[in-house]
Amino acid sequence: MKSHSKAAPYLFIGPALILLALFSLFPIVLALIISFTDIDLAGLADYSNISFIGIENYLNIFKDPIFLKSIGNTVFYVVFGVPLVIACSLGIALLINFGTARIFKAFRLVFYMPSITNVVAVAVVWTYLYNPQFGLFNYLLGLVGIPAIPWLQDPTVAKGSLIALAVWRAIGVNMIIFLAALQGIPKTYYEAAQLDGANNWKQLTKITIPLLRYAIFFVSITTMIGWVQFFEEPFVMTDGGPLDSTTSVALFIYRNGFQLSNFGYAAAGSFVLFATIIIITLIQFRLQKKNTDL
Amino acid sequence: MKTKASDAKKAYRTQQWIAGIILTLGGLLVAIPFIWMILSAFKTESEVLQLTPTLWPETFTTENFIYLFENMNFAVYLRNTIIIVLCSFVGLFFNAMAGYAFAKYKFKGREKLFYLVLATMMIPGQVTMIPVYLILNQMGLTNTMAGVVLPGLVGAFSIFLFRQFMSTIPDELLEAARLDGASEFRVFMQLILPISKPIMAVQGILTFIGGWNSFLWPLIIANDESLYTLSVGLSLLKGQYGGNFALQMAGSTFMVVPIVIIFIIFQKHIIEGYTISGMK
Repeated sequence: MKSHSKAAPYLFIGPALILLALFSLFPIVLALIISFTDIDLAGLADYSNISFIGIENYLNIFKDPIFLKSIGNTVFYVVFGVPLVIACSLGIALLINFGTARIFKAFRLVFYMPSITNVVAVAVVWTYLYNPQFGLFNYLLGLVGIPAIPWLQDPTVAKGSLIALAVWRAIGVNMIIFLAALQGIPKTYYEAAQLDGANNWKQLTKITIPLLRYAIFFVSITTMIGWVQFFEEPFVMTDGGPLDSTTSVALFIYRNGFQLSNFGYAAAGSFVLFATIIIITLIQFRLQKKNTDL
Repeated sequence: MKTKASDAKKAYRTQQWIAGIILTLGGLLVAIPFIWMILSAFKTESEVLQLTPTLWPETFTTENFIYLFENMNFAVYLRNTIIIVLCSFVGLFFNAMAGYAFAKYKFKGREKLFYLVLATMMIPGQVTMIPVYLILNQMGLTNTMAGVVLPGLVGAFSIFLFRQFMSTIPDELLEAARLDGASEFRVFMQLILPISKPIMAVQGILTFIGGWNSFLWPLIIANDESLYTLSVGLSLLKGQYGGNFALQMAGSTFMVVPIVIIFIIFQKHIIEGYTISGMK
């Protein structure tokens, strides 16, 4: 066996690893450091203007009414958004998998389409659809005699409108994951169940759902992590309004970092978010383990 | 007995129809924004603002698209977006190289380095956003194309998928090529890459879509309009021409339709790609 030179593998991983180290790993350390400083635009211009202020950023951020409000909004997004995404994408995947006609393959395309489209374009289109005067949604509601809904103007409705848009975008990818998992279930299981006289509902709850457990776990974890970081929809559609009722934690961080240039303060906020994500992931892994033990 | 079987068959066919109808209604609901966007893009400004909207454009016009290029800098935005897409393919190449080394070489620190790569997937974008901006600022790369492109060039998930796929390539194949005197880099270019076509196809399309849609990082780094991408330009349009929905729909159509076409051509690769990557 001819051995290759020792340097070869390092040359192959070099470019990718250097970039990852510079733009993913090192920034974490840097973020942690600056979260204990008061760095802002003045500090950026001249490093001697930066001073260490200990955990003051962390203390202040939990007294910031907008931050507290953004936590409440994010909880709202997660509590309603995650189950909706799982239910919709699983439901559609089950229906598509059930269908035998060729047309059912075309449905995969239709439902996947929203997830590949640009968020700005999508937001522009939906803002038009949601428009109180000229929007299609209110016009259609008017046709069946329902009064106009203030889609983006009312604090609570606006949150719901953003969730609807985000669910629309999220169905595709998760549907495909569920479909891949469904196709992995051996057909013989169903044949055996049918011989025993199990109806569709029984087959669904006793065979399909239990065997999809891992896929459901995977989708719920990734979806949950994604929704905790909910950002693009409120950023482009409402910019957090009306009255910060749609501001998410991620949007709060962005705004403090890049619009108000409170880099240290924003970094502290981002670590609160990071810690939350880690805790949620650990809890879900713990729950999953408990479930499989049973 | 026979009637029972035919009854079951009948019930099954009804169920198939019900599933089809539910999916058709759902699909229509999902497709409405696309249909409405494309149709409105060809309407005149006054037609879009009518209180009773029309489905099909009364006067079919391409004026909106012409306006985007003549009065706004959409040609510049398009050029920048294409540059970003091309650069992201360089990143894809780096990912493939790294995935190959992790899959097919035994070297010191391989496991640890790979875990380090995987760990970067856990880091939320919001945490690295600010420090990366400060790093680029220190390097003097804010408001440059390099600053826009570099941070997102390589991705851990892509490296992971390449590694998964390439570890299934038999070692004997590599040894044979090496015995023929091929250099390590040549083995990679002329043997590994052609074999890895299926995963390359998936990753290539996803890279294209990602580059075409890139929004947040160009928005943060580029102050100069000459560096804007299509999506940044579109958000600018939303702010400047807030009331002109026909123009906005034309801008959105221009962004979305190329992606949809590419997706329809290559959809088989994407959808099957999830099975290749072993995501079950």
